[in-house]
Amino acid sequence: MRPPKRHAVYGVMAEFSTPTDAVMAARKAREAGYTRMDAYSPFAVEELSEAVGFHHTRLPLVVLIGGILGCVGGVAMQYWVAAVAYPLNVGGRPLFSWPSFVPITFECTVLAAAASAVFGMLALNGLPMPYHPVFNVGRFAMASRDHFFLVIESTDPKFERHRTADFLLHMDGVQGVEEVPH
Amino acid sequence: MEHKGPSEEQRPTAAANAGKPPIIMPGHTFASVTDKISSIVLGRRASLGWLFGFSIAFAMTMMLLTAISWLVLRGIGVWGNNIPVGWAWDITNFVWWIGIGHAGTLISAILLLLKQGWRTSINRFAEAMTLFAVACAGIFPLFHTGRPWLAYWLFPYPSTMGVWPQFRSPLMWDVFAVSTYATVSALFWFVGLVPDLATLRDRSTNRYAQWIYGMLAMGWRGSAKHWHRYETAYLLLAGLATPLVVSVHTIVSFDFAVSVIPGWHTTIFPPYFVAGAIYSGFAMVLTLAIPIRAIYGLEDFITMRHLHNMAKIMLATGLIVAYGYMMEAFMAWYSGNPNELFMVLNRMRGPYAPFYWTLILCNVGLPQLLWIRGVRNSPLGLWCVSIIVNIGMWLERFIIIVTSLHRDFLPSSWGMFHPTRWDFMTFFGTIGLFLMLLFLFIRFLPMISIFEMRTILPQAEVEE
Repeated sequence: MRPPKRHAVYGVMAEFSTPTDAVMAARKAREAGYTRMDAYSPFAVEELSEAVGFHHTRLPLVVLIGGILGCVGGVAMQYWVAAVAYPLNVGGRPLFSWPSFVPITFECTVLAAAASAVFGMLALNGLPMPYHPVFNVGRFAMASRDHFFLVIESTDPKFERHRTADFLLHMDGVQGVEEVPH
Repeated sequence: MEHKGPSEEQRPTAAANAGKPPIIMPGHTFASVTDKISSIVLGRRASLGWLFGFSIAFAMTMMLLTAISWLVLRGIGVWGNNIPVGWAWDITNFVWWIGIGHAGTLISAILLLLKQGWRTSINRFAEAMTLFAVACAGIFPLFHTGRPWLAYWLFPYPSTMGVWPQFRSPLMWDVFAVSTYATVSALFWFVGLVPDLATLRDRSTNRYAQWIYGMLAMGWRGSAKHWHRYETAYLLLAGLATPLVVSVHTIVSFDFAVSVIPGWHTTIFPPYFVAGAIYSGFAMVLTLAIPIRAIYGLEDFITMRHLHNMAKIMLATGLIVAYGYMMEAFMAWYSGNPNELFMVLNRMRGPYAPFYWTLILCNVGLPQLLWIRGVRNSPLGLWCVSIIVNIGMWLERFIIIVTSLHRDFLPSSWGMFHPTRWDFMTFFGTIGLFLMLLFLFIRFLPMISIFEMRTILPQAEVEE
């Protein structure tokens, strides 16, 4: 893969004070042909991820696979220990007495699925990532309090530093537009 | 199912809310909610009251360490445990603490799936309560092994001895259930904290605080794409934690039910233990929430609606527990098993009878006061009932364990259990540890989920 061309800025950021304004702006930007953008909000806004063009995540699949591996791993471990590595004859009962292996299999399933949900979410989100260009904008600290931000990234084919900034400046309810340096 | 839109799920319809106190007082904004909750953590100095409470809890934790050190030096003979009462206060306390933890998971997972918007302001500290309760619970079986430095033998690992654990034993199931529960509760809690840690990172002015919260927040920036995956992960975790929490106390009850001791060998144990766990857990949430909301002025966020709802859950689970007591006595008679019948009569008339009747009074009698609206509407009244239920649920575990063991099949092997000062010090020491962790949590982390509180505001809705 060829490294992407280095742009002068990371993108252009517009600030809003209501979720409605941010969603409307993201929709307008998509209608105008922008494709590479992200929005930032102090809480999950379902319409916002739709508006920036993010519809599906593979996370449920990751969790399903994790759960299945945990389940199979739990049974395999108990079978191997009880029937192969350390067989004990308890009152002539079968070595693979599976009903008594159900509780631990269940716990292994839940543990593996929960761990894949958490670490899968972090991995797909690319976290931990202590540095990100958006943090260079001073006002961005408000993204974790009460403000909403829309960033059109410079990797967008339609991105033009001044024209994009001007485009965002004409959105309803926009509080300000700033460039995001790298 | 994947999306948790604030519009439909977090807010019940206006009709359903008619006549009830709101789940958040009107007039709040995203900023006011954020500032109110984060200022408790970012405020410059700890209050004198906090220091006082923390010191007492810290002293009690030191008492726990003393008791444990003595136990490790001298062996578990320093406790009152004996033969026939090989399980005594240690297992009583273990089951009691684990049960308390269950309300936290119930609030954070089951009420989320049931779309109960009111859970939002109490889930964070209920989850913290779960973690700390599980930590306290773990101490007891660990030290009851007698040689806690060899406790890792419980885990399956390739040892030079060539010995492997016995997976047919409920005690092994317990190891897996409790360690899974502790891990998943910690993950769930931490995931829930990440966006709020980012808020603290952005709002703190102290460089060290910025750095610590910044590292813990892992660079969370509130991206819409991240939120989407985050909400998916959170819902999936809730879906996984729901059967998990039911399984944990079920497996704890298997420790008893799979044995052949009269009073333990019964099929009602799993549901009865789970209901008891939720009962005692909600009692503990009320015990903690009522003073905290008064001290930190959080009446806007933890409203009477929350207290009311928790009181109703306590009433319902309390009745399930009462049904369990009834069925225990009924089955002892109906089964025609003389040992079972003797066990029940011994509970009611034997040497531990005063504890049995106190338990019935605390768990079945006095909580019926919750039928009265005036009691449910009075924080003080509710707090008293919650303390009574905490005591009652501890006595329940004590009665189940000790009265079943002390007189079983052979009269020649009967005995009595008397706690020693080390039993008392260990038990009250864990209460100290629990409170100390809680004090630290309240001081250093947001005790109410800030980002979820933002979603229950009317402004959070996107107007189309």
